[in-house]
Amino acid sequence: MVDLKVKLHDIEFKNPVTLASGTCGFARETAEFFEPGLLGGYFLKGTTLKNRDGNNYPRMAETPSGMLNAVGLQNKGIDYFIENIYPEIVDYDTQLIINVNGSTVEDYIALTEKVNELDKINAIELNISCPNVKEGGMAFGVSCPGAEMVTREVRKVYDKTLIVKLSPNVTDISEIARAVEGQGADAVSLVNTFLGMAIDAEKREPLLSTITGGLSGPAIKPIALRMVWQVANAVKIPVVGIGGIMTATDAIEFMLAGASVIQVGTAIFKDPMIPVKIVEGIEDYLKRHNMQSASELIGALQV
Amino acid sequence: MPKKFVKEFNVIENSALNATNFLIKVQSDTELPEIKPGQFVNVEIKEAEEIFLRRPFSVFEVDKEKNVISMIVKILGRGSRKLTEIKVGSKLSLVYPLGKTFTYPSANDKILLIGGGSGVAPMLFLAKESGLPVENVDILLGARSKEDHINVDSYKQYANLHYASEDGSLGEKGFVTQHSVFTTNLKSYSKVYACGPDGMMRAIAKEAKAANVFCEVSLENLMACGFGVCLCCIEPTTKGNLCVCTEGPVFNINDLKW
Repeated sequence: MVDLKVKLHDIEFKNPVTLASGTCGFARETAEFFEPGLLGGYFLKGTTLKNRDGNNYPRMAETPSGMLNAVGLQNKGIDYFIENIYPEIVDYDTQLIINVNGSTVEDYIALTEKVNELDKINAIELNISCPNVKEGGMAFGVSCPGAEMVTREVRKVYDKTLIVKLSPNVTDISEIARAVEGQGADAVSLVNTFLGMAIDAEKREPLLSTITGGLSGPAIKPIALRMVWQVANAVKIPVVGIGGIMTATDAIEFMLAGASVIQVGTAIFKDPMIPVKIVEGIEDYLKRHNMQSASELIGALQV
Repeated sequence: MPKKFVKEFNVIENSALNATNFLIKVQSDTELPEIKPGQFVNVEIKEAEEIFLRRPFSVFEVDKEKNVISMIVKILGRGSRKLTEIKVGSKLSLVYPLGKTFTYPSANDKILLIGGGSGVAPMLFLAKESGLPVENVDILLGARSKEDHINVDSYKQYANLHYASEDGSLGEKGFVTQHSVFTTNLKSYSKVYACGPDGMMRAIAKEAKAANVFCEVSLENLMACGFGVCLCCIEPTTKGNLCVCTEGPVFNINDLKW
């Protein structure tokens, strides 16, 4: 028997496979396909203090080996989550992590204080990297002072595991990772989507209502993998690896590069069962390589 | 127990209905869940490098005994084109069943079903499932010309068939909203259903609203996931931005901001 358990700061995941925020709803949607407890955890849909309608349609464009989205954090706000969604998912036998978003630091603080009261939520993912909102979001995540400030203020009001989700749309992602580590982040997750664009040449119009959007899918995997490796070498806190993971081999590559936990995102649009197959694939890999535990994979890249 | 599934089906038929429409039948080796008109499947397009996402198709027919799902695939872009090239005997991965069905007519309803383009399939499926006598079911199909219409003669057992074509080569000349069944009889129907191009459905909704007739439309917004997690296919409604894939694709026109 191999041990699939991994730790991230002081929380334990039954296996390293989790779903990425913005691609798994509130875990109820994928539960229509498979038992939620099969996965290590769920990074729930980006939540804000108040209701957000998101951006106008069209919000999506298919691109080579991936897609662009410009959803813009559509959600019904934290109070709706607490009253209507949380009770429905609270008994899922898996880690549930809320992705926290704000336009201002005050928003982040007020939201985090509410989340701090939820017993079953052992961690938050502080999103300072959404490319699809006009205010806040990525604006905080593309400079060290901005990232430091939000992390510092949220740290003051949150006593459980604080994971900061980083934007790849920066000159040096390691610098931002070090900056948030310095302000008390317990872990970093990366990468969020890459800012991209698609055009309908025949109509001479952009394909997204917002003109630009976030690129995800296997198209970004090599860049994301490089960034995870760089960050894992730059900080002492654990890393959550995200970016175009489609297979167990992809997931293992991210772990070898230094990720303790991985998130599957856009892949589930292609096949909602992929995360379950990845768990099985990791188990199979460990057996084939005579390894006892998934944690042996973390940072085991031989260079 | 799962309510939605991802499975490889065997392709048992792929036949051209005309130059741009293909009938594709796929068979499962396990029992199918209940699938109703308006619901759809999200189909993986294989061996096409530039195609990453699945493509949603309305279910046209379900054979519960043989576990066969049929769909009419109209070539609209590179994804649907690639799908029409699939060989009988090969595998096709479907995510199913997705979306919600129409409000079924009650026993004394008189209904009008209007289909255009890729929206013909769910209208025919609903006609078949309605359980109403033929005289209470009218189907109105619109297309550019006779060549673009598919042969639906076998549906005479379920409904009266009416055609509109832009060039007048089949049925009345013009759009479906210019057809006499629509212009003179609209108020005689207790329920009107429509599926087809956005412009067609909006024109129908406008008239149905003015005539105060119950009307549901099945939307075809661009989708990524098909099961309510990506929030890409949203439609603005009186209840906010809703996912067409899970809250629809069928909407009452009074809930839409048209």
